[in-house]
Amino acid sequence: MAITLNINGKSESVDAAPGTPLLWVLRDHLGMTGTKFGCGVAQCGACTVHVDGAPTRACVTPHDALDGAKITTIEGVEGGAADAIRTAWVANDVPQCGYCQSGQIMAATALLRDNPAPDDAAIDEAMSGNLCRCATYMSIRRAIKEAASLV
Amino acid sequence: MLMRDLGIIPAPEAGAAGDEASPYVNLSRRAFVGGAGLFVLGVALAGCSTYVEPDIDADGFDLPDAGPSPLTEVRGGDATPALWIAIDKDGAVTITCHRSEMGQQVWTSMAQIVADELEADWDKVTIVQAEGHERYGDQNTDGSRSVRFNFHRLRVAGAAMRKMLVAAAALYWKLPEDQCSAKAGLVSNSQNDETLSYGNLAELAGRLAVPAEADITLKTPREWRYINAEIPSLTVPRIVRGEGTFGIDVQRPGMVHAVIARPPQLFGRVGSFDDAKTLAVPGVLSTMRLPDARPPALYQPLGGVAVVARNTWAAIEGRRALEIAWADGPNAGYDSETYAAQMQATARRSGKVRRSRGNVGAALAAAETRVTAEYYAPHLGQTPMEPPSATAEWDGDRLECWACVQDPQSTRETLAGALGIDKELIKVTPTWLGGAFGRKSKPDFVIEAALIAREVGKPVKVTWTREDDVRHGFYHSVSAQYCEAGLDKDGTCTAWLHRSVFPPISSTFDNSVSEPSDGELGMGATDVPFAAPNLRVESGNAKGHLRIGWLRSVANIYHAFAVQSFAAELAHAAGRDQKDYLLELIGPPRQLDPAAEGAKYGNYGASLEEYPIDTGRLRQVAEKAADMAQWGRKLPDRHGLGIAVHRSFLSYVATVIEVAVGKDGALRIPGVWVAVDAGTVINPRHVRAQVEGGTIYGLSNALYGAITAKNGAVVQDNFPSWRVLRMGEAPRDFKVEIIASDAPPGGVGEPPTPPAAPALANAIFAATGHRLRTLPFIGAEGDTLRLPPRQTA
Repeated sequence: MAITLNINGKSESVDAAPGTPLLWVLRDHLGMTGTKFGCGVAQCGACTVHVDGAPTRACVTPHDALDGAKITTIEGVEGGAADAIRTAWVANDVPQCGYCQSGQIMAATALLRDNPAPDDAAIDEAMSGNLCRCATYMSIRRAIKEAASLV
Repeated sequence: MLMRDLGIIPAPEAGAAGDEASPYVNLSRRAFVGGAGLFVLGVALAGCSTYVEPDIDADGFDLPDAGPSPLTEVRGGDATPALWIAIDKDGAVTITCHRSEMGQQVWTSMAQIVADELEADWDKVTIVQAEGHERYGDQNTDGSRSVRFNFHRLRVAGAAMRKMLVAAAALYWKLPEDQCSAKAGLVSNSQNDETLSYGNLAELAGRLAVPAEADITLKTPREWRYINAEIPSLTVPRIVRGEGTFGIDVQRPGMVHAVIARPPQLFGRVGSFDDAKTLAVPGVLSTMRLPDARPPALYQPLGGVAVVARNTWAAIEGRRALEIAWADGPNAGYDSETYAAQMQATARRSGKVRRSRGNVGAALAAAETRVTAEYYAPHLGQTPMEPPSATAEWDGDRLECWACVQDPQSTRETLAGALGIDKELIKVTPTWLGGAFGRKSKPDFVIEAALIAREVGKPVKVTWTREDDVRHGFYHSVSAQYCEAGLDKDGTCTAWLHRSVFPPISSTFDNSVSEPSDGELGMGATDVPFAAPNLRVESGNAKGHLRIGWLRSVANIYHAFAVQSFAAELAHAAGRDQKDYLLELIGPPRQLDPAAEGAKYGNYGASLEEYPIDTGRLRQVAEKAADMAQWGRKLPDRHGLGIAVHRSFLSYVATVIEVAVGKDGALRIPGVWVAVDAGTVINPRHVRAQVEGGTIYGLSNALYGAITAKNGAVVQDNFPSWRVLRMGEAPRDFKVEIIASDAPPGGVGEPPTPPAAPALANAIFAATGHRLRTLPFIGAEGDTLRLPPRQTA
């Protein structure tokens, strides 16, 4: 049965099996591949999106539990924090392979929105759920601090 | 004015430049510039009267036949400009990258090399990914050698194209070539203020003969504009918007999705299966039994049962509902604990001598002090953030695949064998790779997609879940090593014995092979740079029971761990400073030839003349890293510094790590200092990123990484049990220094990994007096270091 989701400010009609995680609805049903699959068990953060502003692991979030929620993905995240994060990410060439970076940017944007001047401890806490096998962690720290100065 | 807006210099008829059928090639810049191109020919020169560049009509020149390219066999391969460079009428420069982009920024670095010699305007450069084809030469993106293999020939290609553009301008102006010169996309001359843009000259230049290498002048390093410069990445601006296509992102019209239940054991089989519940899962379309894998493993798929569905989630749910009785195969008895004990026993016995200097036996007998140590390192998984994924489309005669592969040529050849068709009927284009680390050198997952696509007659994407990736990998080899040394009464090392036991990678390709190869031993064992007058390196055999493969820096990981840990153990036994003693072991600056002492040493495929083992460079990075860390400074209680230095992939890396270890074994890493000498560097940003990433990769493995098997099956399954380092554990202070060098380029992606584990072990010893010889130091479950009884010597 089709339900309507609010994704990046647009209404999207989705006809997926009950319980299908948001991740696969985004990627396979809607063709929005910016949100990545990394583990399927909320351990790596590659699938991080915002649900009503809060960083959320799309791989374990049933899409049919999101009726009425505002879903934001890497393709649609905007605003001062997101702009600053993207600017700092580009200036510092943060990504290497880039695969985890949608999730990193979504997590970092939420952090910066809640905490305009995060210190190392706050960054570690907010970002430790997002794995990066290229190990861009030091670059991410530098870029979040730089982004904080841009907001 | 009517202009064509696509490649004037004919692009190779590749999927290379401008294959519109590729679902992910970036044509956006081309489209943009193409639109603006109608207006760019009027170039106003600041401060001058308005100069309008004339529109060159290439047909107005009576030219002899250009003849064949004389650049097809320069050092490194074919440097014919048309293979690499396309220039649009409006000046857009499209450079073809034949190596796979997996985060090492090879798109950017290859473009820097070509664009520099071409004297292109960087803002007009676009890169496209080449399909797998022999015309590009080696495309196997591993071994940290994209720059090394291609630096020269891509410079030649760029310089040849520049010369042709200059020649075209000279022809137009009727001036001698030496009165014309190129800069940033424009050719000017010494006679007047006129300029001609590359886009305007491209068609005429493309009709001229390609110059011979002897007639091409490469720029001097002082003239470089993009090489050795901090050029921003060409991929990052897209990544931050979630754009760009990884293997798992490929979408084709009518595509279906598959996941596969594979036998838990290598060469295990499907005994029987019942798919009734699977077929009842909404969205599941069918199941398919895949052919059983038979030894040797090669790049075969592992067999099992594929579930084909309308979407990935339905396929995952369908697989969950499969009822399969697995039949044991020849590796059913593989148990990591038992196997470790067997390997350790082998390591204690004399092995096959692989390098020998002097008389180690006599020197050990005569030594004042004898020191022995045993080291153990487990299997590891590469676990790139993007698990393997491939999409295949079969039209009844031809196969096309898009996949995150490091080597599209071997993928194509393996596909041809697996499907029994001519490889000319197969096209393979690499997507972006969401990390690789050696896993994506093996195209088993592409073969799976092709077999299923042929069966179902629709485009198929095979997705590996993380569990699949962790359980069914090509694992880094497990190893046991024995080290023994003799010291004289002054503590000087007089005898060095190193014995290495591990199942070789060749066992994946020939299951009768159990002897470590010269290539693996040449990664840190037979090329040991120490000056001890008596030195012997031995190997012991071990049979493979999992698929053994490459993982970032390969055998260097366990060899550097043993050699550099043992060096610090000897320093301790001699009562000397770790760093001073390490430099003494290395000895004076000189060039080594392991072959002179009986080693079959390959030097990563390079000659020792061009890439010597230079202990002077090794010493230099060690001293630099020590200086950066302020070696010898007073440290807080339970802090320690450790150093390790290692040459691999023709580059030199020294790492100093500071640790703080709580009484309970809780570990912090306050600082890491790395000095790297990689010869000529294309982009210092890339080098720093690889040093940070490669070091953390090594630290992650050292602290947490272990793949173990029980009853032939891998025990770990996902990030909770296969643990990797997280943000909060990353060092707060991480400094990198690149040694300025005009030596030929060495590797960068792998060399930072080997020194990480021994530097960490040496730092922990310095902080606590506990010597860690078994990897990993913490493991998947623990919170603290597993500290063995304290050393009393």
